[in-house]
Amino acid sequence: MSGFAQNTFNGLVSGAFYALLALGLAVIFGMLRVVNFAHGAFYMLGAFGAYVLLTEAGVPFWAALVIMPVGLGLLGMALERAVIHRLTRLDPLYNFLLTFGLTLILQDLVKLRYGVQSSPYETPSLLSGSVNFGLFDFPTYRVFILGFAVLLCVAVWWVLTRTRIGMVVRASTERPDLTRAFGIDVGRWVTPVFGFGIGLAGLAGVLAAPMRAVNPLMGADLIIVVFAVVVIGGLGSIFGSVAAGFGIGLVQAWGEAYLSAFPIVSQTIVFVVMAGVLLWRPAGLFGREEAPA
Amino acid sequence: MRRTMGVAVASAAVVLVAGCGGGGPQSGGDQKLTGDKIVLGVLNDQSGAYSELSGKNSVAAVELAIADFTAKYGDKAVTRDITVETADHQNKPDVANSKAQEMYDRKGVDLILDVPTSSAALKVADVAKEKKKLYFNIGAATTDLTGKSCNKYTFHYAYDTYMLANGTGKTTTEQIGKNWYILYPNYAFGQDMEKSFSSAITAAGGTVVGKDGAPFPNTSGDFSTFLLKAPNLDPKPNVLGTMQAGAELVNVVKQYNEFKLREKGVGLAVGLMFLTDIHSLTPAALAGTTYTDAWYWNFDAKNREFADRFQQKAGTRPTFAHAANYSAALQYLEAVQAAGTDDADAVVKGLEGKTVEDVFLRNGKIRAEDHRVVHDAYLAQVKPQAEVTEPWDYVKVLKTIPAAEAFRAPSADCKL
Repeated sequence: MSGFAQNTFNGLVSGAFYALLALGLAVIFGMLRVVNFAHGAFYMLGAFGAYVLLTEAGVPFWAALVIMPVGLGLLGMALERAVIHRLTRLDPLYNFLLTFGLTLILQDLVKLRYGVQSSPYETPSLLSGSVNFGLFDFPTYRVFILGFAVLLCVAVWWVLTRTRIGMVVRASTERPDLTRAFGIDVGRWVTPVFGFGIGLAGLAGVLAAPMRAVNPLMGADLIIVVFAVVVIGGLGSIFGSVAAGFGIGLVQAWGEAYLSAFPIVSQTIVFVVMAGVLLWRPAGLFGREEAPA
Repeated sequence: MRRTMGVAVASAAVVLVAGCGGGGPQSGGDQKLTGDKIVLGVLNDQSGAYSELSGKNSVAAVELAIADFTAKYGDKAVTRDITVETADHQNKPDVANSKAQEMYDRKGVDLILDVPTSSAALKVADVAKEKKKLYFNIGAATTDLTGKSCNKYTFHYAYDTYMLANGTGKTTTEQIGKNWYILYPNYAFGQDMEKSFSSAITAAGGTVVGKDGAPFPNTSGDFSTFLLKAPNLDPKPNVLGTMQAGAELVNVVKQYNEFKLREKGVGLAVGLMFLTDIHSLTPAALAGTTYTDAWYWNFDAKNREFADRFQQKAGTRPTFAHAANYSAALQYLEAVQAAGTDDADAVVKGLEGKTVEDVFLRNGKIRAEDHRVVHDAYLAQVKPQAEVTEPWDYVKVLKTIPAAEAFRAPSADCKL
């Protein structure tokens, strides 16, 4: 029983990373129709930024948790203004290639300066212990990540559903043309939303630094699963991406725990689920069939 | 009478031949070297996961070997024109294959060195066999290089999965703990390592309580399911053997510490680890971990002297792969010097069965049967942070594993 609870907990922690990344991808896709392949690279920059801040300027984890998302969000906004918005009118493939190219550039720039070996990053001392849940002990840092990610997702959900800004963003996400017809300046929200999505990726990166290998390729491996998560949740669906993120984390953890006799199953389970969902509901679990514009 | 005459003539001939060889190019006559020069090719990963443990710094190591060789022989050297060609194989077998062909055919390379990643290493062995050119593998671990894929022109220089498993598995079982839980990446290297470790552990009187193949690549970066399972197995394992490498090893170790397995009585043994891995994880995260090292820079004064020269050139301390590349290049040049020619067959003949002693090869011997280069290996343990007195000095050598025990006996699968 305690084993099951622990595995579930771990699945949710992995899922928290998927959810944060998928949420960013979903708002960006919804608003800009851009499949941001560079999302993994920004996650990596978040983790690396935390490492560089700590080793070269002595900036602690807690400050990095604020500095990196804001800084990367601004960088994202600059990128959106400089290049990405120029291609949004064309076939989505153009931006897909552009962001893929950006990924390679960002990865190689980091590689050039810091090499491919993983860089060390300590768990902040405040969170380095473990919490006793009666049935089992659990590392405090993981509890923190889970709590933090859930709070953040709830906050985003609140902003999107309960505020005027959220209403505009949701309207522009779901029906950009119609929203424009109501006299709302959709274009004004595009850049901040892109920056926000990138900021979330950076935040996930900072959170990952103490528990994952910090190296230039850390985002490249993760982003493939995150794309699967977004597809399962329904492209552009905000609730779907979060739910699918946590769901996939759980499926992976349970797969590894209870199907360990068949490593090949736990290795492919995400994509099997994705294929199944696509066959059953081509628009994803929470997506809506695209209506012709 | 006739017989003694025959022996005398033969001995005279031997003396003469030996004299010629030692005399170098002057006495050796013209055109002993193709193009009057020697070209060494370093083919390895220069941008990916293995680029720091070997990569461009291995080129620097080979350049050091050339400088040492030239300094030693001066005008008597078989040639002063020794150059290095290098290429990035990106750990891809197909790239390795075409780069190796290009090196041998168009760049005039006499010897290819390094080639990490087993699948790429095996491809290059095929090329060497086909082109009848020399190949010293350093970076790859597969025992197939001296097993079913062995050939006359391929030598396996530094380490292999047997050496790692035998050293770590056997000694850790005897000295640290008998019950093991093995975690391996589920692909060829990991499965090989798991098998080698399991048999070494069992042979040493230990038990493999549990073993799991983790997804590879592990896209979630999470190993907690396995790490949580370990302390709850019955009987409880006292050693966790991880076969993960590079970034995945970093993930396993970070999470091993997060779940405080050491405090729960589960020690850590690592299948394959390089100095650069310890550097990136920090010794604090790994303190007490045991692994088998093919060479350690601060083992004795001789190694340290080499490490100092290497640091001057490359700006960092050498891993065993760097030292092995240096040694392999040097031993090849010595063999060419002795043979007086870079003709591959003649050089192979000179190398086979040769005993060698240098900074990397201690009690070294180039086995004629399967071209395995055997030498002393070391069971190493990562020091606690408090005992680390200078950068990169992260390890203490617990035990020297004698050359004769460190490697497996020649395999029946190998037919040169």
